[in-house]
Parts: sequence; structure tokens; C-alpha cells
Amino acid sequence: MVNAKALLELNANGLFCPLGEFYVDPVRPVARAVVTHAHGDHCRPGHEALLGTPHTIEIARTRYGPNGFSKVKEIRYNGNIRLKGVKVRLIPAGHVLGSAQVVIEAKLGGKTVRAIVSGDYKRRFDPTCEPFEPMPCDLFVTEATFGLPVFRHPPTEKEVGKLLASLSAFPERAHAVGVYPLGKCQRLIAELRRAGWDAPIYLHGSLRKLTDLYQRLGVELGETRDATASAKAEMAGQVVLAPASALSDKWARRLPDPLICGASGWMTVRQRAKQRGVELPLIISDHADWDELRQTVEEVDPETLWVTHGAEEALVHWRRSQGYEAAALSIAGRSDEGDA
Amino acid sequence: MTPFAQLLTSLVFTPSRNAKLRLLMRYFDKAPDPDRGWALAAIAGEMDLRAVQPSVIRGLVEERVDPVLFRLSYDYVGDLAETVSLIWPAEPEGTSVRLSGVVDQLAAASRSETPALLVRLFDQLPPEERFALIKLATGGMRVGVSARLAKTALSEWAGEQGVDAPVERIEELWHGLEPPYVALFQWLSGGGPEPDVDLSLAFRPMMLAHPIDAALYSADELKANAESEEATRARLAERLAPSDFAAEWKWDGIRVQAVATDNGRKIYSRTGEDIGHSFPDLVEAMRWRGCVDGELLVVRDGEVAPFSDLQKRLGRKTVSAKMLRDFPAHIRAYDLLHDGETDLRGRPFAERRTRLEAWASEAEADRLDLSGIVDFAQWDALAEIRAGARAAAQEGLMLKRRDAVYVGGRPIGQWFKWKRDPLTADCVLMYAQRGHGKRSSYYSDYTFGAWRGGEDGPELTPVGKAYSGYTDEELLKLDRWIRNNTTDRFGPVRAVKTELVFEVAFDAVQVSTRHKSGVAMRFPRIKRIRWDKPAHEADRLETLQRMIRD
Ligand SMILES: [Zn+2]
Ligand SMILES: [Zn+2]
Repeated sequence: MVNAKALLELNANGLFCPLGEFYVDPVRPVARAVVTHAHGDHCRPGHEALLGTPHTIEIARTRYGPNGFSKVKEIRYNGNIRLKGVKVRLIPAGHVLGSAQVVIEAKLGGKTVRAIVSGDYKRRFDPTCEPFEPMPCDLFVTEATFGLPVFRHPPTEKEVGKLLASLSAFPERAHAVGVYPLGKCQRLIAELRRAGWDAPIYLHGSLRKLTDLYQRLGVELGETRDATASAKAEMAGQVVLAPASALSDKWARRLPDPLICGASGWMTVRQRAKQRGVELPLIISDHADWDELRQTVEEVDPETLWVTHGAEEALVHWRRSQGYEAAALSIAGRSDEGDA
Repeated sequence: MTPFAQLLTSLVFTPSRNAKLRLLMRYFDKAPDPDRGWALAAIAGEMDLRAVQPSVIRGLVEERVDPVLFRLSYDYVGDLAETVSLIWPAEPEGTSVRLSGVVDQLAAASRSETPALLVRLFDQLPPEERFALIKLATGGMRVGVSARLAKTALSEWAGEQGVDAPVERIEELWHGLEPPYVALFQWLSGGGPEPDVDLSLAFRPMMLAHPIDAALYSADELKANAESEEATRARLAERLAPSDFAAEWKWDGIRVQAVATDNGRKIYSRTGEDIGHSFPDLVEAMRWRGCVDGELLVVRDGEVAPFSDLQKRLGRKTVSAKMLRDFPAHIRAYDLLHDGETDLRGRPFAERRTRLEAWASEAEADRLDLSGIVDFAQWDALAEIRAGARAAAQEGLMLKRRDAVYVGGRPIGQWFKWKRDPLTADCVLMYAQRGHGKRSSYYSDYTFGAWRGGEDGPELTPVGKAYSGYTDEELLKLDRWIRNNTTDRFGPVRAVKTELVFEVAFDAVQVSTRHKSGVAMRFPRIKRIRWDKPAHEADRLETLQRMIRD
């Protein structure tokens, strides 16, 4: 019997495709890396050859500088390339700008088999990136950041509405949202614009480069200003974005009576939100929630499911209880919380 | 149910007292009767529903959710109510269920009907409201709001409606009011008269004292002069006439108000909480009629026991016979607010004191005696007496204007507490933690230690924690020092080089089994930062152990 599991194996560097001689999202520098997206735990500097979507490559260059990788190769969404014995295609994953699922196909024993490494993904609308494209396959590698049935993210509009309501209830306080610099920051800006918030949005210096890049790549974000260059009083009743670590430290003193907000899937759990000193939790995530994970697995309907970073155990248990093969892959070095 | 659930969530996440007040006021303003009254009852801990056991809730969820998935989720979330509210498989589209409807249904359901009712409600409510429902049904709100804060919000909200309802008046009426407090809200919103309540057994808001320094110094002089004996004596003579004041001992127990009428007996704490259930021996002994303001103490063979003995009896729902025998409770009376049915609060202190003495000699009062009046003619003489107070269970002296009427709150210029000099020790800063609210970006909470002999020579053992006593300027300096001298970090806590000495002031040292050092300080605060003092010259643990009062 042909088996798609021949397409991928796990070693100390990460997921390896022996027939194609490349890694997907390797955790250490390798000769050839296909990356799903530019978050640090998926795309690290130092590979000899980096393959990814044009936007992912652009972001990786911005983050790591022109010398981060010796060679790069852009692969457009849905464009096929051949790597040794396999065909590789990238299709949208809906996670951040440029994020992709890696589709690997080969003829084994006269039959075409397909494996998909989905990287990080979500299923709901995101104004800053292409939506996830479900494609049937034999082996599906999925993340499980929010792989527990307690995680069911509410509609994004509802959460953005909470922020807007708080801005009008506390017009004297700067609303400071802790965000990840790639993806969450820009998506939150875009969601606020969609909800009609057209005031300037104030940014921590470390968010500037990627936000400007998003705009250069055609994502409309409206006016943003540097928080450090703005008068304290000016930011009252305004939205300020910064890495969470800056908000719990000295940096926040420049803001008028800051109301600390969090924007991630972790905000679902009160204790975790409180631990982070969050006063207004917003459940806005770039990862699939429990329902989306199950919906996706059912749509792509793989014979074998491999589950990586997150709550693997629950998703594996659920899939097995449906009578399918499922296993947890523990890949070292995946961040639990970084880009949630 | 939606506004109530949202209120609970916001309260949990809001650290500042002011912001909590505003959330409560906005809720009272928008929510209709009787919903807001039930919410008030839930927050103030006055909801009288039969509590559902957590095991019942757990049983319900395990019928609906794969037990393995439930267990994994519960392990992760850590709180049963939250796990169940999030994992319950129904996804209703919003809700029109009202809080009052839920309360009525819970109250009407028998023990055997309750599980089915909960399932029905879980199916109808979104997660946030399910969470509120479970907290209501299991009887543990814990939203970081005291009953007092809720009443303060009521008072301020009434003020916005143009109704003058001081929080003391609301506390006075509280005892006679019942959820859902419709008449109360009518009054507070300007739509009705003050509720007519039988106040004979009610809590009378307590009269409180200012520290003596408040009479002697302006706010900006305080820090420089506070707790200096000589300066206080000199200023006393300059500012206050000894003949205007009566002095009495302030005892080291808890201040209470005990009231007994034909309708019942109550013992209230300073904040108006009824604590009679912890002191059945006292309630039993209250065969007199009237309302007494005094200090609750443990007294054995006529001797006041250390505060730590009294602590063993505080907060107990039931009290064993052994507890009653080993830690007998007692009231040492300061003041008489009602003699039988006669309200004395409008009379001057001197007259109330005479009435108290006469009343006590006639009353059948075997667990009650009077706190003695200390005779003195000049402040210096009183200061000498006060200096000798250390050995007894006396916190210091109270000075009361002889002509002061009894009013709730902290009226200016009437009563002063002149605590005995604090104890002090030089301790070494070990850990610093970020503060809350306005101080959340500053390292403002300090754990300090004293030296003791360790296996490899002298080592520091933590002896206390303080977050007051320094100026804003000093806080900035400390914050900078801590950031530059960090040796390790654990979440919001930093370990620092053990080089900085604090002179710490505190009221007493107690034996403690909870602290590794075996001692605990009462009311520690930073008196001075000794930038000049080398850490090895700080005090040893033995010095603190010698300060423990027997
Ligand atoms: Zn990611
Ligand atoms: Zn990831």
C-alpha cells in the first residue's frame, strides 16, 4: 500500500522531505528550507537556500537583513516547482501576510500521494492576507495552538467592538494593546479601520518596519504615528500598539493613564489574561480555534493526521475517536505563545 | 444576564478602585429593577440561594463532553466554572434571559430539579453568562469588590441623581434591607423616600480616629516629622489643651460594635460585617440591652492574650468547644451608643462615658469590662504613661474630645490615636515586585530579610514585606536601583543584590508558622532608606525574635 508518510520524516532539524531533500520550517540552519511564513519560530536565519512566497521572503529580508540567507527562491501561490523527486506547491494559510501551506506530491507505486504541512493557520476573515484554502490530502500536518475545546474564538467584530466601547467609556485613557510585531499588529489596525476607527494609531518603535512594509505591499492601514514622538496628552482616548513586554515596563509611562489590553487567543482564559496585567482582554487570534481545527481536518480529510505545537493530545484524541490515524509530533523550539 | 455577566468580567480585570466604582455606577444606572438589586446582593455576598456543589456541575459537563477532552481542558484552565462555561457545547445566539429570571428559577427549583434547570440555562446562555450563572449557583463571586465598595458606588450614583445618601446612611439601613432592594433603588434614584427600616439591631457606622500627627502637622511636614516622640510632645503642648481631652487605652484586638435588643443580638466588625457566628460565647453573654463600642479581645484569667490568639477565632463559621475554652472572647468597652433604647450618639463623649460606667455596673455583663480612662493633667505626663505601654496588650492611647458627639466616619479634630512608638529594625532588601494600578511599572513592593546563621555562614531570611512609607521621589530612586542591581527574575518579581538596607517600622512582631523565618511583622512600612549603611550591619533574626510579646 502506498503511504504518504514516506513524504515526511522528523529529525533533529525538523520536518524533512527525503524525496525532495528539503526541510519545512526547520528549527536549525539547513541547506534547503521551505518556510510556511515569516514568524521567528518557523523561519530562522542561516539557511543556505530559503524558499517561500514572495511576501514571506520580503518579510524575512526585512527582519533578518539581506545576509540572513545565502540564496532565496520565491514561489507564488499555486505555482508548482519540482524539488528532486517531488512537486511542491504553496497555497494560502490565512495566518499572516504571505503565509502558506506547503503541498508536497509524489508518485509512489503508480499512485499520486499528497502531504500538506499547514504551518500556522486560521479560517476566519483577515483583511491583511489571503484566506486559507482547504485541499484534500493523504497526510495533513496541523498546528494545535488552541487545540482544546475551551478555545472558541468569538467573532472578531465583537471583540473590536469591545475596544471601541471602552475607548468611548474611558476617553481620558490611552488604550494600549500588546501585539506581536508581525501579523497581529497590522491585522488589528486593519480591523479597527474596518470598524470605522479612522484616528491615527500610535506605534511602539519596534512595530514600525513591518507595518511600513505591509503598506508598501499594498495593505491599507491608514495613518500611524510613532508613540515616542507624540505628546502624552495627544494619546488620551487613542489606540497605542506595542509589544506586551513594553507595556508592563517603563515604556508605558509615556502614555496617559494606560488601559492595558491584550489581543490573542489566550485572552479566553481569565487567569492567563490577568497574569499578564491585562485590563481589557480581546480574543483576537491568528490561529484556528477548536472548531476551526476540526472543521479543517474534516474538510481536507487526511488518512493520517500529525499534530504539532500546542495542545496536541486533545486533537489527536478527537481524531482517533473518529477512527482515523493521528499522532503528535513534538518539534523542539516552537513557541507556545509568541504569535498567538 | 448579559449586563451582569459583563460587569463581573470587567470587575475582575479592573485593578483600580476608582474604575471599579465607575463600572458599578454605570451598571446601577442602566440595569432595571429587580436585576440590579440581585446583582448588588450577589456582589455584596447577600444572595441567599442554596449552593450547588461543584461536583454536580462537573457531573453535568461530563454527560455532555468527552471526559478526556474535559479533563485536558480543566487541567489547562484550572477553574471549574470557567472550564465548564467555555467547553459547554451549545452556542446560543445571544440571549434575552434576565438575571432576575435566573435567580427566581434557581430559588424555586428543588435540589433534585436544579441539575436539569442548569442544563437548560447552560444551553441558552453564551459562555460569559454561563460563567456568571455557575458563580451564582455555587455561591462564590470573588470579583474583588467588597460590600463597602458596592455601597460606596450606590452612594456616589445617588449623588449623581441629586439624592444625598451618604454611604454611612446606606450601611445603617443595610441590615434592614433585603434583596432585590427595590425600595432602596427607588430612594437612591430620586423616585421615593428613604426606606423605612427598623434600625434597633442595625450597624451604626463607627466613629474613627485620626493619627495624632494629623492634628500637629500639615501634609508636607508629615514625612519629615512622623514618629518622632520629642517633636510630637512639643507640638501637643502648643496646639491642644489637655483639659479638652479624655485619654484611654487602645487595646490590641479588633474594634467591634455589640448590640442587644429584645429582637436579637449582633456583633459587627468595623466595616459592619456581622461576625457573631464566630463568637457564640460572647453573643450568649450579651444579656444586657444597648449598643456598645469596644474592643474584642481574648482574655484569660483577666489577662489580655496576644493578638495571634484572637486571630485563631476570626472568620470561623463554627467554633469547637475546645476553641471556646482555650480562647475565651471578651469585650472591653470604649463607648455606649444606646443605653437600652435611648440613643446617646448626640450627647458629648464625657456624658456618654458617665452613662457607660453606670450602665456597666448595673448590666449583667460577665464578658464585658471597661477600658480605663487614663488621668493626666499635662501632655508630658501622658507621654510618660504611654511610654510604659509596651509590655501590655496596648496599642497606645486614644485622645477623645470631651465634647465630641458620636458620628460615623472620621470627623476632623475629634478623636486621635496616639500609638505607642513603632518598633524598628534594619533589614536588607531581597526581592522587589511591581505594584498595581498607577504603580504597575514601578518596583514598589519590597521583601526584606534579617541575618541568621546558615550552614555556610550568615544568610538572609525574609521577615516582612512593605509597600508604603517612601515618597514618590524615593520610589523613583528605588526603582532605578532595583533595575540596575537585579540578579534574577521570576515573572513580576526581581531578586536583587543584597546590598540595600531599609529601616523598617512596625507595630509588633508575632510568631508565625507560615513564614520560614518563624516571625511576622504587623503593619511594616519603610521608615528610612539607609543608602549609607552596609548590609552586613543590618539586624539579626534573633533581634526580631526578642521583640515577640509573650
Ligand atoms: Zn505563526
Ligand atoms: Zn507557530
